[in-house]
Amino acid sequence: MMSLGLEEWQAIGLTLKVATVAMLGSLPFALGVAWLLSYRSFPGKIAVEALISLPLVLPPVVTGYALLIVLGRHGVIGRFLDQQLGIVLAFRWTGAAVAAGVMGFPFMVRGIRLSFDAIDRDLEWAAATLGAPGWLVFVTVTLPLALPGVLSGAVLAFGRALGEFGATITFVSSIPGETRTIASSIYALLQTPAGDSAVLRLCLVSVALSFTALILSEALIRAGRRRSLR
Amino acid sequence: MSGFAFQARLGLGDFRLDAEFAADAPVVALVGPSGSGKTTILRLMAGILKPDAGRIVLGDRVVFDSAKGIDLPARRRAVGLVFQDGLLFPHMSVRQNLLYGAWVRRKGRPAGFERLVGLLELAPLLDRAPHRLSGGERQRVAIGRALLSDPDVLLMDEPVTAIDQEKRAEILPYLETLTRETAIPLLYVSHARAEIERLGAQIIHIERGRAAA
Repeated sequence: MMSLGLEEWQAIGLTLKVATVAMLGSLPFALGVAWLLSYRSFPGKIAVEALISLPLVLPPVVTGYALLIVLGRHGVIGRFLDQQLGIVLAFRWTGAAVAAGVMGFPFMVRGIRLSFDAIDRDLEWAAATLGAPGWLVFVTVTLPLALPGVLSGAVLAFGRALGEFGATITFVSSIPGETRTIASSIYALLQTPAGDSAVLRLCLVSVALSFTALILSEALIRAGRRRSLR
Repeated sequence: MSGFAFQARLGLGDFRLDAEFAADAPVVALVGPSGSGKTTILRLMAGILKPDAGRIVLGDRVVFDSAKGIDLPARRRAVGLVFQDGLLFPHMSVRQNLLYGAWVRRKGRPAGFERLVGLLELAPLLDRAPHRLSGGERQRVAIGRALLSDPDVLLMDEPVTAIDQEKRAEILPYLETLTRETAIPLLYVSHARAEIERLGAQIIHIERGRAAA
């Protein structure tokens, strides 16, 4: 009952790969967006904030369909990527990573932005008056002070990516070994007679992975709080 | 001339600053009640705030001149700024804080390091984290950090909170030594006139955003 079969291991490995790539790939963008939102004011900022949070409230199938329209082989950007660069995302594991990254993006931006907001701007000015150019202030003061928030946001987005289903299955379907993650495996097994024990096993794995990610994220938030208190 | 020439206008919400003064004593004190604009003047000098119009000369360098379109960024103003509460980098040791200015300019260990550490009695603190320092110690490290960035002038905002009466008393002797031992002009912001007279400072009065000698 408790031993995992080949296809199940495959789904677990794929899920971890997709979530890791999604997290690392979206991190630079999340840092940039969070920095803009925390440090700059510009017209339409509120619309940008709403747009970033949109995947939180849209039905995931809508996000997935939007990705298909934009990044699919016949999509506006997807066609360019396919014909000019030879990159295909639709129905590939890389596409699953994109879908998972988009769904986790709001969590990551929020975590990073809150920690940017909490930094005393005068600390950054202190670095500037000591001669540091802007990018060096960011690397030596802003980023180290925001690190716990950056990491906890990233881990939370990773956790969200682990559980992604709706956008993923719409954009890249559920192809065993290519795009069949834990969540889509569970869904596929539910359609199969006698899939019950495999469903249960994968559910337990899913709970364990997500729980670990949440604990890690919470621990990082606490570490950050301790650091800012002293 | 190696001192301060300041003339600036600035509107910040309800607050209006319209001040002009020049001073060339080794120690200049901005004295006045809280909320009168002393800290704002320091921030304008350091390049943290930008005047609506005016001209600011620090040492013998024009760092801001709205008529000529000069506005040096904070990092090029060669200002050693000591904030009210020190504002040491919390994730760096005292030594790293002290050497930050030299490090970001890609210079080696600054020539005056040992001497300044001696003057400010920082040697036993070098490997400590800022949160394990007393308020007065933190302030001394902040002064050292500012001086080691090789500034043309030193700007110092006095510690203001209630517990800081002692901290101020602790800092003054060090400031006396420093003004004797270094040739860097010091501009010190203070509430209390009496203590600053001890430094033989030229006093500029600031009241409601205006200056008077």
